[in-house]
Amino acid sequence: MNSKVADRIATTIFYLIAATIVTVLVGLLGYILFHGFSKLNIDFLTSPSSSFRAGGGIGNQLFNSFYILFLTMVFTVPLGLGGGIYMAEYARPGRLTNAIRTCIEVLASLPSIVIGMFGLLMFVNLTGWGYSILGGALALTVFNLPVMVRVCEDALRTVARDQKEASLALGITHWHTIKTVLLPAAFPSILTGAILASGRVFGEAAALLFTAGLTTPTLDFSNWNPFDSTSPLNIFRPAETLAVHIWAVNTQGLIPDVREVADGSSAVLIISVLLFNLLARWIGSVVHKKITASK
Amino acid sequence: MDNKTMTMAASQRLLKKSNKSALQKEKRGKYLVLASALLIITATIAITIFLGTKGLQAFISNGVSLYEFLTSTKWNPTAENPLYGAVPFILGSFAVTILSALIAAPLGIGGAIFMTEIAPSWGKKILQPVIELLVGIPSVVYGFIGLSVLVPFLRDTVGGQGFSLLAGMIVLSIMILPTVTSIATDAMSSLPKGLRESSYAIGATRWQTIWRVLVPAAMPTLLTAIVLGMARAFGEALAVQMVIGNVRSLPSAITDPSATLTTIITLNMGHTTFGSVENNVLWSLALILLVMSFIFILLIRYLSSRRQF
Amino acid sequence: MKTVMEPKRTNTTTEQQPRSEKTETKPAALDVKHLNIYYGENHAVKDVSFSIEKNAVTALIGPSGCGKSTFLRSINRMNDLIPGAKSTGEIQYDDVNLIGDDINVVALRKEIGMVFQKPNPFPKSIYNNIVHALKFNGIRSRKKLDGIVEESLRKAALWDEVKDRLHESALSLSGGQQQRLCIARTLAMKPNILLLDEPASALDPISNAKIEDLIMELKKEYTIVIVTHNMHQASRISDKTAFFLNGVLVEYDKTDRIFTNPSKKDTEDYITGRFG
Repeated sequence: MNSKVADRIATTIFYLIAATIVTVLVGLLGYILFHGFSKLNIDFLTSPSSSFRAGGGIGNQLFNSFYILFLTMVFTVPLGLGGGIYMAEYARPGRLTNAIRTCIEVLASLPSIVIGMFGLLMFVNLTGWGYSILGGALALTVFNLPVMVRVCEDALRTVARDQKEASLALGITHWHTIKTVLLPAAFPSILTGAILASGRVFGEAAALLFTAGLTTPTLDFSNWNPFDSTSPLNIFRPAETLAVHIWAVNTQGLIPDVREVADGSSAVLIISVLLFNLLARWIGSVVHKKITASK
Repeated sequence: MDNKTMTMAASQRLLKKSNKSALQKEKRGKYLVLASALLIITATIAITIFLGTKGLQAFISNGVSLYEFLTSTKWNPTAENPLYGAVPFILGSFAVTILSALIAAPLGIGGAIFMTEIAPSWGKKILQPVIELLVGIPSVVYGFIGLSVLVPFLRDTVGGQGFSLLAGMIVLSIMILPTVTSIATDAMSSLPKGLRESSYAIGATRWQTIWRVLVPAAMPTLLTAIVLGMARAFGEALAVQMVIGNVRSLPSAITDPSATLTTIITLNMGHTTFGSVENNVLWSLALILLVMSFIFILLIRYLSSRRQF
Repeated sequence: MKTVMEPKRTNTTTEQQPRSEKTETKPAALDVKHLNIYYGENHAVKDVSFSIEKNAVTALIGPSGCGKSTFLRSINRMNDLIPGAKSTGEIQYDDVNLIGDDINVVALRKEIGMVFQKPNPFPKSIYNNIVHALKFNGIRSRKKLDGIVEESLRKAALWDEVKDRLHESALSLSGGQQQRLCIARTLAMKPNILLLDEPASALDPISNAKIEDLIMELKKEYTIVIVTHNMHQASRISDKTAFFLNGVLVEYDKTDRIFTNPSKKDTEDYITGRFG
């Protein structure tokens, strides 16, 4: 009898825990979206921010975030593919493979602030670039690389073995088999993983504080010459991203409308991350259907 | 076979030495991907060496006492007689990490058990996406909500400034909750079915089965889940920095403001001159973070070697 | 004809020559001598020696795990994919030993093609399934590719069924059609030898019969080695049959003799269904 009562109490507690977790998420998202949504308008999203006065927007920060994300993915995707292909297809059990695995694990578990400090040392001071978009993107590459390697390795490993055998048995080299059979088959999972990783990169701030910096120079969005100092495309200019902006206005900001700007920025950040999430799922399922269904 | 090749002996067609070019292309591909893999090793070694030498500089070239650094509770690098006692930050980091794990562990493992044992049919469908979305929320957003909702709330209810160890603990526990939950879920669902069945067969209730059979069996992986969550909490910078209050003294209560290794780095890295003593001791704090993440990895390795299922 | 080789472990250079005294001499396509295959600690194929005739169908039979598939996969070196697999001995093909380290396995697999138990077409169009490997080998001319596609689909008795939908996905075909596509894809490489690993076991009886007809047709041009679980299939389509048990080649003889008058008790027990 006693044990039945205990069982019932325990079950109730588990339901409460599940409800708590759901409530936390709903509360967080609801709060951000509820407060932030009213701030969102074209003007806020496109106008430059202000250091002192109210009414600044997040146009530059939004651009910087996407630009750094883009560069980061340009670096990480090929490197992650390379590492993933090596680990899934070539690595033989042994010391080297163990060493690579350990390093992936170490890199993946490093605090992002530590990666930011490494970036400060390498890409800011040693190179003499100062705070720059490129430095930020390279620091985020270190941050994102272990994730991409794992994504690519897992994706390749889940490709059915008979596809690989079919290709090899036709007298096609291993390398060509990887390129023409394994990678196309793994593509949906790699794409999904890359988009999810993008969401993580997009929201990262600590690794950027000391690499891409906390400021953005005045940008001339009609100047698309990447070597010009006022051009948004210049990779050697400092750039404050949206996530960094949220931190900066809250802790160091002088503007009177901190709450409004932070509310709006958080909403944009969250919505972007949600969109990355949905996009990943949607593309994953669409590509999957396209590949498996008859054309 | 083409007539031309047919007339060749198999040794001319099939031996490696007779068609080198195709094999060279094959090798080039392998070396290309090996290079990317080696880059990961290079990056890891570079980080360790750079942070190691930079972190030791304060002790080697600036004459800061390592003993003082690790035992003194007084931190004031800009005073006339600078003090470099890192104990408040080290303790602060451990305190928020352990406290947040104390909240996140029961919630996360409870959530995992809910998904795998209590309501496996629909529980997973609801909680899985919730967990995935929680993972996706950037840490600055957690920090911002902590700052604008949690801190005022604590100020009104428990008193004080609101900025406190308690606030840091709550924010961190929510941040690491998805990590703990998802790994704990994997742990629970990889248990063999027979374990449950044999326990139910001897008349145990669901709770008895969970508590006496399943949780002990999954224990090493459940601990891994908690350690991974703690590793994340230990290294988190901005979210904690926004709510913890950032004072240099030891807190006497959980409602007092405090500081951690990451928060002091975040705050002062930008204000100090690169190469100065005040700056170098920040790198020493970062070295502690690096060493701790190695320790967390060793701990996880140890736990996974004890995995039963 | 002497059928069973006594295990001879010491050397592979000196060679007994019992098979030269057989009555109808067809030239050997593959000459297997003292072949041993190990998967780590597991000795999967034990000192197997026999020769496989040109332009004939050789069936490999035996219970699961007897080493027949392992043997088949060693001929075109598909075993190389399995970590820890190791082979000693010889499989003599023309003037090379296929087991040797100096073999270019890529070139080898073009000459000795393989079709697997489960149809495994690529998730591409029917046409592209066939030209996939041809393009890799540098054949670019559309006209030439078209010609080879038609020729190999005809040989695989699939042309009439798919000629109007060559650019549809191969996955839209039925299982039996998919398997014939896999055969066509292999034939497009113009191999000398076809290795078939239980090619019909995953198919329905009608598809199965079609594959058997196809094999009878193909043996005019190709040397075929087929692994099968199906005793009737072996007796219907093969010229020679090799019976494997626990990694050992127990008996190798003309198929009708194996099935009517086997010389070993194990063989008799197996084909009469007493085990396996």
